[in-house]
Amino acid sequence: MTLAEKILARAGGKKIVAPGEIVTAKVDVAMSHENADVVLKAFREIGLKKVWASEKIVILFDHRIPAESERTAATHKRVREFVAEQGITHFYDMKLGICHQVLPEKGHSIPGQLLVGTDSHTTTHGAFGTFAAGIGGTEMAGVWATGEIWLRVPETIKIIVSGKFKKNVSAKDLILYIIGELGCDGADYKSVEFCGPTMDDMTIAGRMVLSNLSMEMGAKVAFCPVDKKTIEYVSSRNTNKSGTPTPLWRRIEIIKPDADASYEKVLEFDVSELEPQVACPHAVDNVKPVKEVKGLKIHQALLGSCTNGRLEDLASAAEILENKKVAESVRMLVIPASREIYLEAMKAGYLETFIKAGALILNPGCGPCLGGHQGLLAAGEVCISTTNRNFQARMGSPESFIYLASPATVAASAIKGEIAEAHE
Amino acid sequence: MIKGKVWKFGDDVNTDVIYPGKYLSITADPVEMAKHSFETVHPNFIKEAKPGDIVVGGKFFGCGSSREQAVTCLKHFGIKAIIAESFARIYYRNAINLGLPILVCKGISSKVNQGDIVDIEFETGKIKNTTTGEELQATPLPAFIMEIINTGGLIPYLRQTAKK
Repeated sequence: MTLAEKILARAGGKKIVAPGEIVTAKVDVAMSHENADVVLKAFREIGLKKVWASEKIVILFDHRIPAESERTAATHKRVREFVAEQGITHFYDMKLGICHQVLPEKGHSIPGQLLVGTDSHTTTHGAFGTFAAGIGGTEMAGVWATGEIWLRVPETIKIIVSGKFKKNVSAKDLILYIIGELGCDGADYKSVEFCGPTMDDMTIAGRMVLSNLSMEMGAKVAFCPVDKKTIEYVSSRNTNKSGTPTPLWRRIEIIKPDADASYEKVLEFDVSELEPQVACPHAVDNVKPVKEVKGLKIHQALLGSCTNGRLEDLASAAEILENKKVAESVRMLVIPASREIYLEAMKAGYLETFIKAGALILNPGCGPCLGGHQGLLAAGEVCISTTNRNFQARMGSPESFIYLASPATVAASAIKGEIAEAHE
Repeated sequence: MIKGKVWKFGDDVNTDVIYPGKYLSITADPVEMAKHSFETVHPNFIKEAKPGDIVVGGKFFGCGSSREQAVTCLKHFGIKAIIAESFARIYYRNAINLGLPILVCKGISSKVNQGDIVDIEFETGKIKNTTTGEELQATPLPAFIMEIINTGGLIPYLRQTAKK
């Protein structure tokens, strides 16, 4: 069986499952952010008094923090009250950062487990070998009530990655390239398994970029290999300061697809000659090499998000911005993905580099990515961004334009005031 | 049987287009959500579409965010069904869970035009374009999904199951 099949068989209490089969699976972790407000409303309508397992639900705020409106403040308040009433164990309020970074940091993303989240980029947790899929709010209310969800066992696409990245080319460029090749629905309803020598070398942060953005080719789940690196990361997150296991601790073990697993497709990519890529407006699969659009004037440069707000992303941008200035005509926004990363970036001096270069540092969270607040675009404006979606009107005016690229490309572009390649 | 006038959209219509992110802070008022359906990119929809109309999409309708407001807004606008060549999986599930009839119908894009009147036999998946007389076959939904939709969505369904 593939990874998706193995995990769904286990969660569905079956020995073996095959693509197309519908299983009723037991959920290990149920994650929600601000839209927990939608979930709790639906949950109350079911008429149950208690959620199925208060220790398996994780809630935090990241989409609109601090509250940008009275309405959001009321949402936050209602969710806090629900959390207190239900005794939800793992509630992080707005203090820690973006859900897809915070859950791994707090030890909730575990190989072989079933995690559902009311956020489409829940695929990110597949980087740890978790079957992690996005669902809607009402469906989550059903999970809160029963602890179960029906899932169709997906076909799996295997993607073998080989070669060594050139300087200033990263996981972001690779996944944009793949999305450009497969199309925005190239993996709709499918499980994706990344593997190959490049994956073995890749950092946890890089793997998270691949799993995160696989959503943008429609993937239901997207796995990276579970290896020593994964186990080290996950184990280190599952003990408290005294080294004793937290309540979330479970047996963490390497899970691999069977050697005779059956794949719908096997694709191979060699990154050795890969150049920096950019997804042009207004579709994530409208991908071109950066050199084809370089010179285009930009107004905003955004570094952050659940896709690229991790320490190595900030490091890559800081290296380029060291002793340089962001162009006068550009506002650059830097949003570390979590408080932990914020602190590490501070200690490493990256934040100082960004501030001296003229960038604004915003609090960990989703920032303007989904168009709620903190840096929206006016008509005619162009933003180069490390985020994950460039849909029309996503980040403000329907007449604004979002280009998605790597942290290195965003940093280089911020300096030039136009889309630029990092090695120039 | 569902009968209605077609509102036709193209391929890859994403949930930001259906329900803009700036209105995500509306979590509890479906009537207000309905007012923002397709607001920024297709502003004529709210002005001209009528309750009882049917939305027809191309491939990968509802891609992007998991926001279920993108289904809630259309349901409370009075849209009676959504038919498309294919759907993004979260959108498809959200429609089922909110009790909004949703069907996959290959070839629908080329067989209906904006403003056509279609008859949908939801149980069998038979679709007739009464404007052109053409007939199409959508993929019927599995029985357990039909039951969720016919009960009005996941919440009434779970309420019913809890009673049993």
